[in-house]
Amino acid sequence: MKFAETLKTKKFIITAELFPPKGINVQSLLDKAKLLRGKIDGFNVTDNQRAVMRLGSLAICRLLLDQGCEPIMQMTCRDRNRIALQSDLLSANTLGVENILILSGDHPSQGDHKEAKPVYDLDPVQLLKTARALETGVDLAGKKLDGSPQFCLGAVVNPMADPLDLQLAMVEKKIEAGAQFFQTQPIFDFKLLETFVARTRDLPAKILIGVFLLKSAQVAIFMKEKLGINISPHYIDRLSRAASPVDEGINIAAELISQLKPHVDGVHIMALGLEEHISEILDKVK
Amino acid sequence: MIITKQKDIQKILGQLKGKDRVFVVGCAACATKCATGGEEQVRILAEELAKNQKKVTGTIVLDTPCDMRIVKKELLHNEKAGLAESLVLLSCGAGVQSIAQVCPERDLVPALDTLFLGSIERLGNFNQYCSLCGDCIIDETAGLCPVTRCAKALVNGPCGGAVNGKCEVNSGQDCVWILIYEKLQKNPTNIKKYRKIKSNASISKPQRIKTR
Repeated sequence: MKFAETLKTKKFIITAELFPPKGINVQSLLDKAKLLRGKIDGFNVTDNQRAVMRLGSLAICRLLLDQGCEPIMQMTCRDRNRIALQSDLLSANTLGVENILILSGDHPSQGDHKEAKPVYDLDPVQLLKTARALETGVDLAGKKLDGSPQFCLGAVVNPMADPLDLQLAMVEKKIEAGAQFFQTQPIFDFKLLETFVARTRDLPAKILIGVFLLKSAQVAIFMKEKLGINISPHYIDRLSRAASPVDEGINIAAELISQLKPHVDGVHIMALGLEEHISEILDKVK
Repeated sequence: MIITKQKDIQKILGQLKGKDRVFVVGCAACATKCATGGEEQVRILAEELAKNQKKVTGTIVLDTPCDMRIVKKELLHNEKAGLAESLVLLSCGAGVQSIAQVCPERDLVPALDTLFLGSIERLGNFNQYCSLCGDCIIDETAGLCPVTRCAKALVNGPCGGAVNGKCEVNSGQDCVWILIYEKLQKNPTNIKKYRKIKSNASISKPQRIKTR
């Protein structure tokens, strides 16, 4: 089913994140995706994630489409000016990619080409508006298009950001600009999410909560200490005592999804290279 | 004020390879306030060049090297400058290029790197608050510029990556969007301004302007 159609249903939506290789060997990624075909609603492909140069999102999205997987192309504002962004939106649509997730993108200083020029010619709100403008048959310069695209647009929100009011005001702006769905940063404690869920329940967009597969206690400690993500010591303890930390990470992810399921529109699973385990997570969800 | 910093002396000497006679030019405006091109820095650089076997034919601190009229009056026909093979310039890029335009025959060695338009917190402590974008929106952002002070120049709100109120790119820097929001909150009409979507900036600002 097309992702835009899925968003209209009442079903619990599941998307997973795939990140393109650094290089051109795509087979292992496509094999991982094949394992999930029919089990999830969207394959979300990152755009030079963490500002690390990789194969492009659009190429993988098209290959996914060819093997019957519904792709969601991530598009950051970091590397392209408004000419390239609009051109790539048209290119994506021409290749059959309609679902676009728009985000600012990690700053180049966080990645592996630290000296790269940060572009940010448009911000995510402006890029959402731009995509909607292209749908009406005109570009940002006001010039008429020969054939206009159709998109299903998404954006991101961080439910843990402080102050929450400022994030929610951003969510409203992004919806006004054209966002139909949101995905969030990884969440490890449903209790912390309750206020966010209550305050976003009636918004006219689906919100997919980020769920991360923790593969070891070290990763959890890194995310907690370096990225400021709230991970309960209880989980870190379970991971460090487990005979197989990955299996324990799968259990934790499944528990989180089970807790979230009655309260939210869906989840966005980030397995960071362990996508072959996503089916196991889904099998364990109650 | 334009913030500058001095280039490494070895770099300056490298540019002066094969030139024996030099003349040092300073700036009495920004570079003096920055302590990069005032009387004292001109003297120190002249001494350093002399120590490295350069003959310093003279020095001058121009009021504003970025003003071509002053360059014409004070430098173009300066006798001691005329004796030198190279002019070593302790001024910002605007100063260097004004001198280059007025004195097209001269060999110029810029001795400063030009950093940004700065606000002075105290001497030696400068902040970049304005990036001269040519499309000011700070009436809508509580007087704080997100184009300059947000690492991603986001004009419609934060990226969501701030940790404990600090920018994810630089943990020593406050997230300007949190500062803006805190200030806006004190006035409900301002919050309305925040909620309005700001369209894409026009970045085709003039590079040459005549006001009369």
